[in-house]
Amino acid sequence: MALTLYEKIFNRHVVREDNGTYLIYIDRHLVHEVTSPQAFEGLRIADREIWRTNSILAVPDHNVPTTDREKGILDPISKIQIDTLDDNCKKNKLMQFQMDDIRQGIVHVIGPEQGSTLPGMTIVCGDSHTSTHGAFGALAVGIGTSEVEHVLATQCLILKKFKTMLINVNGTLGDHISAKDIALHIIGKIGTAGGTGHAIEFSGSAIKSLSMEGRMTLCNMAIEAGSRSGLVGVDDKTINYLESKPFSPLGENWKKAVADWENLVSDKDAKFDKTIDIDASSIEPQVTWGTSPEMVCSVNDKIPDPLQEKNLSNQKGYQGALDYMGLKKGTSIKDIKLDKIFIGSCTNSRIEDLRKAADIVKSKTIAANIKQALVVPGSGLVKNQAEKEGLDKIFINAGFEWRDPGCSMCLAMNADRLEPYERCASTSNRNFEGRQGQGGRTHLVSPEMAAAAAIHGRFVDIRRDS
Amino acid sequence: MLPINKHEGIVIPLDRANVDTDAIIPKQFLKSIKKSGFGPNLFDEWRYLDHGEPGINPKSRELNPDFILNKHNYRDGTILLARENFGCGSSREHAPWALLDFGIRVILAPSFADIFYGNCFKNGILPIQISEELTDLFFKKALSEIGFSLIIDLEKQLIIADDEKYDFKVDEFKKHCLIKGLDDIGLTLEHGKAIKGFENHYYKQYPWLTK
Repeated sequence: MALTLYEKIFNRHVVREDNGTYLIYIDRHLVHEVTSPQAFEGLRIADREIWRTNSILAVPDHNVPTTDREKGILDPISKIQIDTLDDNCKKNKLMQFQMDDIRQGIVHVIGPEQGSTLPGMTIVCGDSHTSTHGAFGALAVGIGTSEVEHVLATQCLILKKFKTMLINVNGTLGDHISAKDIALHIIGKIGTAGGTGHAIEFSGSAIKSLSMEGRMTLCNMAIEAGSRSGLVGVDDKTINYLESKPFSPLGENWKKAVADWENLVSDKDAKFDKTIDIDASSIEPQVTWGTSPEMVCSVNDKIPDPLQEKNLSNQKGYQGALDYMGLKKGTSIKDIKLDKIFIGSCTNSRIEDLRKAADIVKSKTIAANIKQALVVPGSGLVKNQAEKEGLDKIFINAGFEWRDPGCSMCLAMNADRLEPYERCASTSNRNFEGRQGQGGRTHLVSPEMAAAAAIHGRFVDIRRDS
Repeated sequence: MLPINKHEGIVIPLDRANVDTDAIIPKQFLKSIKKSGFGPNLFDEWRYLDHGEPGINPKSRELNPDFILNKHNYRDGTILLARENFGCGSSREHAPWALLDFGIRVILAPSFADIFYGNCFKNGILPIQISEELTDLFFKKALSEIGFSLIIDLEKQLIIADDEKYDFKVDEFKKHCLIKGLDDIGLTLEHGKAIKGFENHYYKQYPWLTK
């Protein structure tokens, strides 16, 4: 029978089935400081052991400061959380990249970077953006803390089969159109609940043309379309990316693995529950204008009129979003002035993202109305690589701050945040109310769009005005 | 886990779609390493007029009188009614912990985000998917009738309102665990031998994954 990629991976991990409820074996468990302490405590209270310690890779990312690391963590509550992760890893002999380790970074950046994310794996993390790892043809799902505890104790997850959705993006992407624009365009089309209950596979010539970094950006945003799992089939790019990464298999095992991975694509006649076709050439640079990633349009559009929405609940939601964002219907996106710029997050903090953004700001200076522009690399290794290429200098000369790796202003759990009413062009994934700081106003964009917005102080179409 | 079988409570109508977990419990409260104590900060940015931080006594803060949880008639509610895609966003289980700590035991909405939906069942909260029409009807009643309450019968899978009864769907396994207050780790560990057996054959087939 012809199978989808999702079904192929799912099937090889079934420990047992009971009436449509499956016990699924988990290969890789990524752990960070925010969603794990209660799980470790639960184990301790129930006197349970960790099933397979070498499946775990831990890293602090949400709370870590991105400046003056040598001073330690000044926020005492954040410090407790990070110390707790240190303690739990030490006691249980788990591999952790601590804050002063060059390999430390955002959990969804370091997994692939280390080759800890491999095709065909089941991967979990107490974090919704775990969908990122699906870019490697892995079944990667975000879980809650109870499930973190369940996987620690049993190496398994109780799952029902997801439905399957195929999103074909065919054609040629325009200049400067990135994976982020594809993701936002799709979410604008299907909505933030469009993928609920589904595993989404991204396919088509435009997806094939994306780098692994781009595919990660795309799968990362699958959760913003409601899907716990985004997937891209394995090809030469996947295999080339993984070759000689620290955790990647070696010698005979590498050969065996590659032979297996080459089958990790959906069969030609595989049936999906839903199929969506997108013309790549129609995608313009995207900018969100509201408080949900589905409230998005082209940089050349105007803010929509909520009254044009047929659904009453949407109408209210749109108006509420405009009120929160301090925007009016009919305003051109290009007339929106910005206060801050954030280039970073598990969506867009990899080396390719930084290269593209640096290309835009090279030999330029940020606009006078920009109070702060941050670049937060996704990991110590990304930062190191960027510095080797001189990208740090380009950003600093333009007026950006060059920071240490972490989640930073994507969710503002550390000191990096928006003040009330500040407006930010951000390469992160969520524009929810208060996400980047109470009262803060977030516009989601690609790294190039954020970089150009920093230079102009407002949004511009990078295809014309970069 | 706190079991739930039959539950009667006042309905709190939160008339919003896409209520995300950042709104349910803002990030500054996720720094706690405990599961309890999140109730006073449930919907913090909507519920208070000032900015909340961990450690601030909630009694010293200024309440937003317009927010539904602060209105006299709904303060003791235990059944939350909302619009579609409730619980979208982050996987933080602090969201159901905060709802439970406040006293919410049942959530009614036309749709839920997947991770949040699963997290509720692990914490003694029953999320029930209801039709758009029923959602509209319950909003109308909850906003116009003081003390409008519902009886939820999980065993029989019924929502009982005055003389009307509406059935709802729930996964059998999840229902069983919720009624008994069962910890599913214990249940899975009963299959420990099957997991060991799986590993033996799995690692022979995929030897590069043993690392």
